[in-house]
Amino acid sequence: MSHPTLSMFDPALAKPAVVDAFKKLDPRIQWRNPVMSVVYIGSILTTVLWVQALDGHGEAPAGFILAVALWLWFTVLFANFAEALAEGRSKAQAASLRGAKKIVVAKKLWEPRYGSPVDLIAGSELRRGDVVLIEAGDMIPADGEVIEGVASVNESAITGESAPVIRESGGDFSAVTGGTSVLSDWIVVRVTVNPGEAFLDRMIAMVEGAKRQKTPNEIALTILLVALTIIFLVVTVTLLPFSLFSVEAAKAGSPVSITVLIALLVCLIPTTIAGLLSAIGVAGMSRMMQANVIATSGRAVEAAGDVDVLLLDKTGTITLGNRQAFAFLPAPGILEVELADAAQLASLADETPEGRSVVILAKQRFNLRERDIHALGATFIHFSAQTRMSGVNLDGRQIRKGSAEAIRQLVEAAGGHFPEPVARAVDDVARRGSTPLVVADSAKVFGVIELKDIVKGGIKERFAELRRMGIKTVMITGDNRLTAAAIAAEAGVDDFLAEATPEAKLALIRQHQAEGRLVAMTGDGTNDAPALAQADVAVAMNTGTQAAKEAGNMVDLDSNPTKLIEIVETGKQMLMTRGALTTFSMANDIAKYAAIIPAAFVTTYPQLNALNVMRLTSPESAIISAVIFNAIIIVFLIPLALRGIKYQPLGAAALLRKNLLIYGLGGIITPFIGIKAIDLMLSTLGLV
Amino acid sequence: MTPHAWLLLGIYLLVLLALVKPLGIYIAEVMAGRPILALRLGGPIESAIYRLCGVRKDEEMGWLHYALALLLFNGLGVLAVYALQRFQLWLPLNPQQFANVSPDSAFNTAISFVTNTNWQGYAGESTMSYLTQMLTLAVQNFLSGATGIVVVIALIRGFARHTVKSIGNAWVDLTRITFYVLLPLSLLFAVFLVSQGVIQNFSAYQNMTTIDITAYETPKLDAAGQAIKDAEGNAVTEPVAIQTQTLAMGPVASQEAIKMFGTNGGGFFNANSAHPFENPLPLTNFFQMLSIFIIPGALCYTFGRMVGDTRQGWAVLAAMTILFVVMAVATITFEQQGNPLFAAAGVDQTVSATQAGGNMEGKEARFGIADSGLFATITTAASCGAVIAMHDSFTPLGGMIPLVLMQLGEVVFGGVGSGLYGMLVFAIMAVFIAGLMIGRTPEYLGKKIESFEMKMVSIAILVTPLLVLAGTAIAVMSADGRAGILNPGSHGFSEILYAFSSAGNNNGSAFAGLSANTPFYNVMLAIAMWFGRFGVIVPVLAIAGSLAAKKRIAVTVGTMPTHGPLFISLLIGTVLLVGLLNYVPALALGPVVEHFMLWTGH
Repeated sequence: MSHPTLSMFDPALAKPAVVDAFKKLDPRIQWRNPVMSVVYIGSILTTVLWVQALDGHGEAPAGFILAVALWLWFTVLFANFAEALAEGRSKAQAASLRGAKKIVVAKKLWEPRYGSPVDLIAGSELRRGDVVLIEAGDMIPADGEVIEGVASVNESAITGESAPVIRESGGDFSAVTGGTSVLSDWIVVRVTVNPGEAFLDRMIAMVEGAKRQKTPNEIALTILLVALTIIFLVVTVTLLPFSLFSVEAAKAGSPVSITVLIALLVCLIPTTIAGLLSAIGVAGMSRMMQANVIATSGRAVEAAGDVDVLLLDKTGTITLGNRQAFAFLPAPGILEVELADAAQLASLADETPEGRSVVILAKQRFNLRERDIHALGATFIHFSAQTRMSGVNLDGRQIRKGSAEAIRQLVEAAGGHFPEPVARAVDDVARRGSTPLVVADSAKVFGVIELKDIVKGGIKERFAELRRMGIKTVMITGDNRLTAAAIAAEAGVDDFLAEATPEAKLALIRQHQAEGRLVAMTGDGTNDAPALAQADVAVAMNTGTQAAKEAGNMVDLDSNPTKLIEIVETGKQMLMTRGALTTFSMANDIAKYAAIIPAAFVTTYPQLNALNVMRLTSPESAIISAVIFNAIIIVFLIPLALRGIKYQPLGAAALLRKNLLIYGLGGIITPFIGIKAIDLMLSTLGLV
Repeated sequence: MTPHAWLLLGIYLLVLLALVKPLGIYIAEVMAGRPILALRLGGPIESAIYRLCGVRKDEEMGWLHYALALLLFNGLGVLAVYALQRFQLWLPLNPQQFANVSPDSAFNTAISFVTNTNWQGYAGESTMSYLTQMLTLAVQNFLSGATGIVVVIALIRGFARHTVKSIGNAWVDLTRITFYVLLPLSLLFAVFLVSQGVIQNFSAYQNMTTIDITAYETPKLDAAGQAIKDAEGNAVTEPVAIQTQTLAMGPVASQEAIKMFGTNGGGFFNANSAHPFENPLPLTNFFQMLSIFIIPGALCYTFGRMVGDTRQGWAVLAAMTILFVVMAVATITFEQQGNPLFAAAGVDQTVSATQAGGNMEGKEARFGIADSGLFATITTAASCGAVIAMHDSFTPLGGMIPLVLMQLGEVVFGGVGSGLYGMLVFAIMAVFIAGLMIGRTPEYLGKKIESFEMKMVSIAILVTPLLVLAGTAIAVMSADGRAGILNPGSHGFSEILYAFSSAGNNNGSAFAGLSANTPFYNVMLAIAMWFGRFGVIVPVLAIAGSLAAKKRIAVTVGTMPTHGPLFISLLIGTVLLVGLLNYVPALALGPVVEHFMLWTGH
């Protein structure tokens, strides 16, 4: 990963953040955060009161008002600083991305084929549908799809991965991204985006815009915070008449000062969460970037936290990408070597790992040399999702290998019959968790090739983890039911979908959604695109096709399908951090009341000092200590806001109990200790 | 807490919780219109009512339509109650020839009875004709209770239904709850009360000559009906001596029953349930206490049943019960503790075979400390407001508990319907924060809680503190407001705070130390009552509509359970934190400081 992982208070980030904290005092910026703008107005008011008190006719000693005013300004600045720090990190990420966006010269082809004449134009002028030639050493000018040729491409500018990747026309590796460069050979690419819509543009916009676009939960939380602020505004505003009445009724003391009321208001409103709210959101997006995942919106990241069902492609996710040919199981009356020979012929031009493993096994077992398919004058029949088989036509022989079902149909259509022992062998193989491939020559069945799947190490533990999070895993595979069941058991997934067609995947997602579940899916192929578009959270592999990437709402640059677990965690972390800090913020109010209420009214009712449970030195010290605590708690919580609360895959109830203890009970107790400590410090230093 | 008090509380809870399930099931069946025996019997009459009113009973309403229907219905109620009071002199059943009620008092009373508050600025036996009592006040007791219940039923439907626009038909709901639940229960209870000595007649008042001459001091009032005060702010009193007593009569039992079942609390007589003709015996008192909580408690079961998981209902009921028990024990304990200044003066305040002990000021000797304390807790926990003792005379902290129970928003059992919908609003708030804390978009009963719900929850939670605090602030600042205070110092502040808390939360009980039948208080409190009622009902119905339209999401391991002890404590915590934090400063300047002053001998 080449994106710099910057430490929390790195001077490179902290210094500009301090400057930004002051710049953000602009009222137009403050206005966007309703809770903090109340603090902002309070700071201005107390400053005015201080100026008024300078000649000794103020409502309270000038020194006291100044202390309150200063700490209110600090509260605003600390919140600004937290936001600026989070933004600084994502700005650094955006800057490194923007570095990849250089001005390039594109070779626009007159006709969409290799060899056609070219015009040299600026990359930024390319429109959707234009076709360009990119040769070794060129930078790819725009996102597009390879329509001709093969090339090795360096995508490190996007993924941070230095090993080159192969991009070729057709299949699932045809998408190229603007800003990456071709290392060898050439490709002809059809541009798929207009200027400004490119992948890189979307990434930069995403990282930079994380603050502006509020996620649904963030909006709901903001409403709650504003409501609490209004309530406490009413509480403090009405406290002045209450105080005036009490002074008159008790005929003692003086009414509470505006300064004290503002201090009380700022302490009561949820400044802790309001000051850190936008930092949490920005930091969440930035964490996704560090995990090498690009989300199209914060909404998608948040939705990831709600996922109930996770659909995973078997191949490459649960098992190692390539199944290996493991054994030849001939049909009755066929020698094993005959089967091996036919299998080898059918696989010669099959460049899939499975195909190659058949050739290798034939060589190992019977020393059958690889033959040149062109020299033999054979025609190769490609695998298609509809026929579900591939093979070769050679000397009038029609050798096919494919799924048992497909071969049975083929053989029976040609007038042959599918022998019972072969069917049994197919079942046996499948029950072992391997994949049976049946080989036939015209109407005659030769036997079964056993392909063995290798389940990835550690995958079972990850699924167990998901289960503890409350997420059900479903394996999707084109294999038959028996094969799927065996692998599902070995990998520890909760359910599986065998013999999956694009329609079946789509139907499965819709069914889960109709039951009220949120479905996440990872995919890379074009045939995954409809399902990706239907899923609530869709992670496309960066190695995948353009269609898959456009259908998904996240792209995983590492193309690691188990990345979804991290995405879910990040989504949950964002919500948990907000929830925990809200609880903490509200629980703090108890201690703040205990500090300020006796202090504010002790001149009228000395008996209220009984409520001064912290035994704070003086009324002034109590109020200032509460205000200072309220301000510096923001700074103390910045690391937590940026890092996020650690998510542990416990059940919902256990997780809630834990967080309620830490942030609820902790939120009640911490300020008592904090305010008392500040009070002790102030009185020891002789400041109050 | 004496053993007697524990026993009383224990038996009370036992009987209450035993009745919750059967009545809860019955209400659920009635509101769903299932063909149970009662509905088959009443069917023809019900249909006739619909035909008469032109109600198409199968046509359901969206939330806005439902809310407008309720507003219209209650608006008409205000007009009717107002008009009858203003014309009662010229109407029948007025043997005492009571004058037409003044416009501001009539307005206040109209709003008060329509909003289920039943704050009484007037004294029933010296103001209202029998016709006014029966035709408007008693009728509104039924209808305002019905309004509260149908709102919570609509909200529950919002949870129970999915992907639909409608939440029921307001006219059908109002008819069914009144006809099948409130009327039969009240009829039964009224007959029981008559059997125990509660009066029910249309006779003129009767004058008796008493054996003793009664001499007492009464506050002197000026021409405007305000208490005259001396230089120190104490009310000026004058001595009175009398030997005749007028016994007020009237159709009391019929009104008494629905006063309790509908958590209305507006007494036929000024002394409310402390009056022997309303509540003669400890037995009637026990059943009156029971009848206050029975419907609010049963609705919790109805809720669980309608959403298809009775554990949800029990959880909410558990949260209410725990809060209630704590509060009841606190009130009774503070009252039993008595007054330290009396103890210093040599007054015996200990419990013995011949006396209840404790602070007996303002309490009926036939009820004593335990019943009075328990009744005060029940009546303010539910938004009833009936009283058997004068809350103004409670010890500072003993009187603070009823105040706090109202300020929590009347959610500890609460008013019929209103208690549960208030509690569900708190539950939505609790799951919102808790949901975030476990890293999921918050959900309650399979419905996602999103920004629209939070907007409405915020309004519902904001409205009452705003009315109570702003109302109190205006009252203490204005001469008209301060003129009504009978006691100086922090207790006078508590009196005003209590009045606005009672009105804003639609309780209707009074601290009684405030001369509130003045144009100022009549208007101010009427405003607080109206907005305290419908300022919550409208957002609650909006939540119902929004929830009904949502998909229901499946329950998984990742779903936060909302039926266990954890949720119950979370709900209690939210109610206390969100409900009470707003009032801490006000309480500190009222009962809290009064308590400290009392115990430090000031």
